Amino acid sequence: MEMFTTIGLNHFLTISAILFSLGMFAVMTRKNAIVILMGVELILNAANINFLTFSKYNGGMAGVMFSMFVIVLAAAEAAVALAIVINIFKTFKTVDVSRVDTMKE
Amino acid sequence: MFEMPSGAEIQSIISTLRAGADYFIPELYLSALFMVLIILDLVLGGRKNRILASATIIGLLGTLFFIFKQHAMPDAELFFGMYALDRFGIFFKYFFVLTGVLAVVISAEDEHLNSQEAGMGEYYALIVAMVVGMMMMASSTDLLMMFLSMELVALSAYVLTGYLKREPRSSEAALKYLVYGAVSSGMLLYGFSLIYGLTAQTNISKISMELSQHGYDPLVMILATLLVMAGLGYKIGAVPFHFWSPDVYEGAPTPITAYLSVGSKAAGFALLMRFFFVAVPHAADGIEDMLSIDWLTILMIISAASMIYGNVVAIWQKNVKRLLAYSSIAHAGYLLLGIITMDKVGTQAVLLYLASYLLMNIGAFYVVVVIANKTGSENLEDYRGLGRKMPLAGAALTVFLISLVGLPPTFGFIGKLMIFTALIGKGDLFMWLALIGILTSVISLYYYMLIPLNMFLRDSDRNLDKDYRTGMLSNAITVVLMVLTIYFGLFFQPVAEYARYSASMFGAVLN
Repeated sequence: MEMFTTIGLNHFLTISAILFSLGMFAVMTRKNAIVILMGVELILNAANINFLTFSKYNGGMAGVMFSMFVIVLAAAEAAVALAIVINIFKTFKTVDVSRVDTMKE
Repeated sequence: MFEMPSGAEIQSIISTLRAGADYFIPELYLSALFMVLIILDLVLGGRKNRILASATIIGLLGTLFFIFKQHAMPDAELFFGMYALDRFGIFFKYFFVLTGVLAVVISAEDEHLNSQEAGMGEYYALIVAMVVGMMMMASSTDLLMMFLSMELVALSAYVLTGYLKREPRSSEAALKYLVYGAVSSGMLLYGFSLIYGLTAQTNISKISMELSQHGYDPLVMILATLLVMAGLGYKIGAVPFHFWSPDVYEGAPTPITAYLSVGSKAAGFALLMRFFFVAVPHAADGIEDMLSIDWLTILMIISAASMIYGNVVAIWQKNVKRLLAYSSIAHAGYLLLGIITMDKVGTQAVLLYLASYLLMNIGAFYVVVVIANKTGSENLEDYRGLGRKMPLAGAALTVFLISLVGLPPTFGFIGKLMIFTALIGKGDLFMWLALIGILTSVISLYYYMLIPLNMFLRDSDRNLDKDYRTGMLSNAITVVLMVLTIYFGLFFQPVAEYARYSASMFGAVLN
């Protein structure tokens, strides 16, 4: 019963593992470039939750610092990624990655 | 839980940072160069591509002076263990500056790239940003710094790959690079977070200490290892994380392809080696732990797979850039061979091999650019009969390709020889890997030699009457690169000595 009443390390880690898996699932199954990028965002945030949790239970600020940098970086990456996706849309008139495939073996 | 630091503590933090900055001058200088180039681009009007390129080359060469001064400094850990100054890092600083210079030289020659209406704008600034990022990748000793510097390289590279905005191939390459890159860096980050959870440390030497003193859960460690390998394997372009590389190499502007295939790959190797040698407790420490065996097994499989896959698939390629992409996958396999020996000779071999790879691969791409300037094509079929029209380019390309195969008397031969020498005497398994390496080199002879075969021995069905003469400058660069490839193949002693001297890392004991 205690498992349901007290929130501990494992709860956080489970959430982050689920988020990570959902992110990977989105990346692997979706064809829309924007949705893939959303999946990447989930993966990064799963790692963030890990860092914050471990920081809380291990002590020390290293994990908190790490996650703050990751948040900033995710924003930078999203900016570059969206610029590239917009350019793709201008060139190919679609953001479906399976149709943006002109180079072949 | 967390207390505010006192005034004295803040003072001591500031003084540590200022002391660290003295060891950080090349990176600071390059960051300044990055901003100067952006301002220069804004200030200059009209035809400024040449000026920007010259400014970048001069600026980058200026860095060599500051790096040279670092030889006099003792090995040190800077910025609270975030960063290290050691001979290994200095080697790679030279390496990346030279790669950057050559990338700028090729870019300045590439007519297709320079004919863009949008202009070159931030192009050169981004190349400099990548140099800074790669330098930091080679010297980071903290998971946070490693991740940030990798992302600095990756974000600049995404933009550079898609720089030909009007061209579908370039945009497509950028999208593929971005999607694979973002996912693999996410996986790397998740792996780092698990390692942080196991050890409560982010500094790699402290991680190593923590792991060997307190032990760890092997299952979690294997998971973390696999995730980190996915991120690093993507950077070095090894099988099975290679899917992006043929498309990206084909679609990106050729100078950027050359730059990625040498610079970004070498940076990945530098980071992999530092992480692998320092963070992972050595089996030589007396603890025969599961961890280092796992790492080694994974790397061995990746290495063998890369050598076989890269060399075999390259046989069917019709586009020279794509062919060189598969060859670069194979070369990642050869380089990994040097790493799995985990000793000083192996590290020396990897550094030497990277130096030779820099010359021969950049040289090959340079000739591809020179030819594409005249024919507008990178297809193998369009190379027919060109050897007689462009004898110098043909001869140079042949030399670079012979070097890539690893035949004497070229630099590439010395690199391969060193790698295989390092493997011999390590045990049966290593001998088998060396055998795979040698056999796949034989396969590579076939597809590399298709290019000179087309150039010299087959006639073109097209009309080759137009003017194929190239400029003095481009001839001179071709000759210099070609002569250096042969010269270091014969007189390799200084480079080999320097590689040996550089095979020393902060916090790792290599025997």
